[in-house]
Amino acid sequence: MQTYDLEANGLRGLNSALQELNGSSNKTAWEIVNPKGSHAIAVGLNSPIEVTVKGSTGYYCAGMNQQATVKVEGSAGPGVAENMMSGTVIVEGDASQYAGATGHGGLLVIKGNASSRCGISMKGIDIVVHGNIGHMCAFMAQAGNLVVLGDAGDALGDSCYEARFFVRGNVKSLGADCIEKEMRPEHIEILKDLLARAGADAKPEEFKRYGSARTLYNFDVDNAQAY
Amino acid sequence: MCGIVGLFLKDKSLEPKLGDMLTDMLITMTDRGPDSAGIAIYGADADGRAKLTVQSDTPEAAFDGLDGALAEALSADVSIRVIDTHAVLELPAGKEEEARSALAELRPGMRVMSAGDTIEIYKEVGLPEKVAERFNVRGMGGSHGIGHTRMATESAVTTEGAHPFSTGSDQCLVHNGSLSNHNALRRKLRREGVRIESQNDTEVGAAYLTWKMQNGATLGEALEGSLEDLDGFFTFVVGTKDGFGVVRDPIACKPAVMAETDQYVAFGSEYRALVNLPGIEDAKVWEPEPATVYFWNH
Repeated sequence: MQTYDLEANGLRGLNSALQELNGSSNKTAWEIVNPKGSHAIAVGLNSPIEVTVKGSTGYYCAGMNQQATVKVEGSAGPGVAENMMSGTVIVEGDASQYAGATGHGGLLVIKGNASSRCGISMKGIDIVVHGNIGHMCAFMAQAGNLVVLGDAGDALGDSCYEARFFVRGNVKSLGADCIEKEMRPEHIEILKDLLARAGADAKPEEFKRYGSARTLYNFDVDNAQAY
Repeated sequence: MCGIVGLFLKDKSLEPKLGDMLTDMLITMTDRGPDSAGIAIYGADADGRAKLTVQSDTPEAAFDGLDGALAEALSADVSIRVIDTHAVLELPAGKEEEARSALAELRPGMRVMSAGDTIEIYKEVGLPEKVAERFNVRGMGGSHGIGHTRMATESAVTTEGAHPFSTGSDQCLVHNGSLSNHNALRRKLRREGVRIESQNDTEVGAAYLTWKMQNGATLGEALEGSLEDLDGFFTFVVGTKDGFGVVRDPIACKPAVMAETDQYVAFGSEYRALVNLPGIEDAKVWEPEPATVYFWNH
């Protein structure tokens, strides 16, 4: 275990030390103390290391992550795990807006609530939120799974493509072209696996599935007047 | 982008440290707004007298003999406390309007930053650290205060474009975002007789709240109204003589974090601004919901 004091040694030193391991199969563990809400902690990693942040983070923590496991023992500011490719990011507290935005792969687990625009433009990432999510989540989501154990805010999945949304609680409103869909056995399997990997105590049968009605995929002549 | 910090104290023992804590919070938000900074501080009551904070680009000439000249014009006792480019004038309560008119004649070009029983506003162009130093904000005590670091969008980088804005007695507002219907609203409010000095969008937001409250709304109701009548992006933090409020527009893309303990309620554009507050580790920390009014009163 290597401990890095962010307040004493600065952000640039931390990220260059972690990024030096990129491309290696090194499985070392790192602990970052005194994060104090700093931005861009542990970004651009590409090795199977384990990073634990002892406190809350600012903007863009664990952005562009590949392979690494980053755990935030606090809350995360805007854009946590944005554009993640693979690996795992776990936030013990809450996450601010656009958590997991544009993520291509990997697993993002938020044990508290996520605010607005969680999973916006997600492209293959899996996101599991133990609490609630805010408005405009999964806007233009293209692929991947968003699982919410609590409630979802306004306009869930607006203009989405082939991503799946599983919500256990209430959905305040669905966005344009997002509808409730049948939960088939293969969805129960997907959900069971995600809940287990996210350490979530919930039964897949308690969830409803939402996704694209696919009516925005092609131009509809009845909408011509709108342009 | 701009930075906002705010601190509303519940524990009186922290009051002497208000300026010190706010200064640290303000400096942390420098990279959100390095072009200007300002602070509104609700300090001690001036024994039933009114306080007018004024600002001049030529303070030596403007403030020299000002107390005497104003005392003569008002036939009343006036005292002055000069702090860099600002001065706090104390005069009998009820004489504020008369004083404003007299000042406009005595010292054209001098600006009134705030008026009220306890509010003082200090704001200038420059790095937040330098601005706080010029006015010795660290040395100021009070019950609550609001600070702002500005990265200008809607109007020029000038003292009058800096926040906070005060358009009513003991009221102030700071803003992160940009309003898009401020020109039309400014014309409407001016027709209603509300005083608006600058071309700045935020001042219109402040004037809107003042106008609502002049027409009988509580601060909470005025903030609710802003969600209907203001178009654009905003996270607002507002102060009144004994209150402190927060509201975000329904889109809520301008960041906000709040913390509450038995000792205080704190606001920061980012969590970074709050990390050195006492007991923050055990504080209730949350992101204010969109289109939701939060309000605390003493």
